[in-house]
Amino acid sequence: MKFLCVDCDRQMTFEERRLPGDGTLAAAFRCPQCGRVVAMLTNPMETQLVASLGVQIGGRTIPAQPLEMVRGMVAGGKEDAFVEAGERGAGSGPIWSREAQERLARVPNFVRGMVKKIYADYARERGIAEVTTAVMDAARAELGLEGM
Amino acid sequence: MRIRTYHELTEPDRSGLAAQIMAQRRRVAQRLAGVARLIAVMSGKGGVGKSYVTAHAARALARVGRRVGVLDADLNGPTAARLLGARDGRLAVREDGVEPAVGADGVRVVSMDQLLADGHPLAFRGPEAESFVWRGAAEAAALREFVADVAWGALDVLFVDLPPGLARFQELAELLPAPPAVLTVTIPTAESGDAVRRALRAALERGATPLGIVENMVGGAFVGEAGDTLAREFGTPLLARVPWHPTPDVWQQLAETIWNAV
Repeated sequence: MKFLCVDCDRQMTFEERRLPGDGTLAAAFRCPQCGRVVAMLTNPMETQLVASLGVQIGGRTIPAQPLEMVRGMVAGGKEDAFVEAGERGAGSGPIWSREAQERLARVPNFVRGMVKKIYADYARERGIAEVTTAVMDAARAELGLEGM
Repeated sequence: MRIRTYHELTEPDRSGLAAQIMAQRRRVAQRLAGVARLIAVMSGKGGVGKSYVTAHAARALARVGRRVGVLDADLNGPTAARLLGARDGRLAVREDGVEPAVGADGVRVVSMDQLLADGHPLAFRGPEAESFVWRGAAEAAALREFVADVAWGALDVLFVDLPPGLARFQELAELLPAPPAVLTVTIPTAESGDAVRRALRAALERGATPLGIVENMVGGAFVGEAGDTLAREFGTPLLARVPWHPTPDVWQQLAETIWNAV
C-alpha cells in the first residue's frame, strides 16, 4: 500500500503510527513536497490482518523476537511454556520503575519475557536508563505493540 | 488528472512491507540450511495415523544415530509432542531462537501442544468479527515461526507433520526455498484412497517430490488396497504396510526405507 499526493505527483512518506488501544491503527503519511498529511485508519480486522502477517506499517525498528506472533497473539497459552534463557544480567539493562514493573506483572507469563525484552531493548537503544510507564506507552506506539 | 499506478511509484517506502516479507523468507532459508532433508508427512484424510507414523519413523531413525526433528504443523489438533513424550518440556528462548524440546530417542520436537494450556483450543487474540479474514494468516505465520524461529540445529531429517487436507501443505511449500518431499499416509480403504489421491495430486502440481506411500492400519477392520493403488497411479513406491499392532522392526524397516528414498 502506498499513498500518492496527486497534486504534487509525489509518493507520500510514512510519518507516524498510533495505536489508540481499541484494536485500530492510525498511520500518518506526509507529502515530501507540499507537506500535506493524510492518515490511514484501519479497522480492527484490518489491523489484525497486518499483525498476523508479522509485518509492521512504518517498518521495523527492532528485530523480530523468536515466535513473536505466536507469543503475542495466541490466547490461552500455557503459563510455563517458555523459559527465558541467556537473559542479560541485572546490572546491564535499564532499571524499571515500580509502576512499570506492576504493569509488566499484569502481562501473561506466556508473553511476559518477550515483552520485557522488547521494552528493555527499546530503552537501551535510545539511551534510556529507566523504563517507566511513559516509556512503555511510547514504545507501544512506536513499535506497534498493540495489547502489550 | 493522471494518477500514477502502484508500480510506477519507485521512491523508497519506509514501511517496506515487501522487504519485511522477504526478510522472513530469508530467515526460513537460513534456518533450514542446517537441515539435510525435509519431509512433509501428509494425507488428504484425517485419522489415518500421520502423526503416529511420523513419530515412530522419527524415533526409529534417531535410534540408528540420525539427528531428527519433528515440526507439528497440525496447529489445531497437535499430537506429536505427546507421541514423542515431550509435551511438558519448556521451550528455552534464546537470542537466536527457541530451543526445541527433546523427546523420546532424542527426537527434537516443537508443537502447539507444548504452548497451549490443557484443553484449550488454538485461539488468537483479536477481533472476533470476521476473524476468518485474518485467522488463516495467523496460522500461516505460526507455521513460519515454527520453521524459522526454532533453533533446529543440524538435522539429518526434519519431518513436518501436516494436518488433513492441503491448505497447510500449500502454506509450507510457499515458505520453503524449494517444494518438499512428501511422505503420504493412507489406510487401505477406497475412501481414504480417494481423499489422498486429490491431496497428493495437488501437492505434486505444486512441485513436491513423492517419497512414497505408507499404508497404515493394515489387517484390521479397514479393507482395501489404497496403498498399492496410489503407488501404482503415481509411480511411487509403497514404502510400508503398517499392521494394527506394529513391532519395532516395522518402524526400523520403514525408517531405513525412508532414509534410502530421500
